[in-house]
Amino acid sequence: MSEVRPATLAAGLPRVGEYFGKILPTLRWPVLFAGSETEGSLAAWFYRLDSWAWLLFETANMAALATLMGAGAALLLAFPAARNLGAGMLARQLARRGLEAMRTVPEIVFALILVWAFGVGPLAGILAIALHTAGTLGKLFAEAIENAGTGAWDGVRAAGGSWAQACRFAVLPQVAPNLLSYALLRFEINLRAASVIGFVGGGGIGEELYTVIAQNYYEEISAIVLLILLCVAAIDLLSERLRHRLIGAPR
Amino acid sequence: MLELQGLTRRFGAATAVDAVDLRVPEGQMLGIIGRSGAGKSTLLRMINRLTEPSAGRILHHGRDVTALRGAALRGWRTGCAMIFQQFNLVPRLDVLTNVLLGRLNHLPAWRSLSGAWPEADRAMALSALEQLDIAGLAGQRAGSLSGGQQQRVAIARALVQEPAIILADEPVASLDPRNAMLVMDALADINRRYGIPVLVNIHSLDLARSHCERLVGLAAGRLVFDGPPEALTEEAARRLYGLEAAEAAAAPPQRVPVAA
Repeated sequence: MSEVRPATLAAGLPRVGEYFGKILPTLRWPVLFAGSETEGSLAAWFYRLDSWAWLLFETANMAALATLMGAGAALLLAFPAARNLGAGMLARQLARRGLEAMRTVPEIVFALILVWAFGVGPLAGILAIALHTAGTLGKLFAEAIENAGTGAWDGVRAAGGSWAQACRFAVLPQVAPNLLSYALLRFEINLRAASVIGFVGGGGIGEELYTVIAQNYYEEISAIVLLILLCVAAIDLLSERLRHRLIGAPR
Repeated sequence: MLELQGLTRRFGAATAVDAVDLRVPEGQMLGIIGRSGAGKSTLLRMINRLTEPSAGRILHHGRDVTALRGAALRGWRTGCAMIFQQFNLVPRLDVLTNVLLGRLNHLPAWRSLSGAWPEADRAMALSALEQLDIAGLAGQRAGSLSGGQQQRVAIARALVQEPAIILADEPVASLDPRNAMLVMDALADINRRYGIPVLVNIHSLDLARSHCERLVGLAAGRLVFDGPPEALTEEAARRLYGLEAAEAAAAPPQRVPVAA
């Protein structure tokens, strides 16, 4: 805390603004819609839109795949982790502690380890995000399961259903809309995570962003950040609609 | 023949069911009466093994079912179908699937988990629904039905378990009088038609008298009454229900003494 000095803060704040000033493109009205060869046009600002779009697409794919894998693992671990389903003591402790471990380690740390193991590329990034997602979603899933009523559970168990069958038929249908909504929310978060995981070699648009930041290609920084923002906003909007429809569905 | 020997359940210092001895012959319709908290639910849940007995034994045709585990326990539970006060259906599943849940233990694990129900089981579930006059609701969500309809779905689920015993824990306590009558009629009909013994916990002494051939009374976990409905005199009911019956006796005659 002693590093936070008012003087440093006062001296540094204007520089933040200065940086934003630097990364802003110089656009000129008369040639705004001219070709990419003309300085000051939109096309010149986004002169590498094709490769960036491809990288963004890759990033979104990474986020989707990681969310899917993480949600799958979370679903399997959430049932033994839930307190109300009477899973064995050992299974419950293993599931809970496992989820905690996956949740506590940030994606970027997982990515550093996995890049070392699998090499630079999307695979390491996807696995890293999937691991962290499993941890966070697993806890949310387990809590949703704990909030589900026990009536249907008793009904299936009393009819001779096994533990797994009761999970599948008495609990899953009750909590599925909630779980899906959580997973979609996580997809939005993972899109942001996937955008920066490339900083440590995890693939996606992050690698490109890191390069342009490191090399002070100021205008390209703002172009890429703007693209990421647009992409995140679009997916936010879509998944929000989807989630609301899921939760609002008649029970 | 179902036989309970010294069946006891303690919750901490409290004894919910206290050394109950009971023999239920084949084909009997047995009403279990007593005020709330007398241990009626615990007794039935112990027979189905949803609640573990603290002491005593449960024998079915001489076989001790008190210590069954794993697949044998699931087999026993399938054999003594349970009906609950709150129906305990899965509200978001359709009616037919809810009934099919009674077949879970008859299927291999992979098949049951994938929800690929055999055609024969579907037909069986539909005919059970038909028997209870609700086949037309097969495609609806269970949660969208009225209480009376839901309880009949639960009875259909019990039927497809092909049970040797039916346990009904306050099956009509959440229902209006007309639906209560319908559900009790359905239980009595199953009892007569298939000779399946039915053990039913019930609040309403009227329904208990009209539908059961034998009544047993529980008070504070102990068996304090056992006899045909005619033997349940005003005096016996008062002993069973304590003050409540006395209050009920002072009330207009159409009010039946019921445990709150």
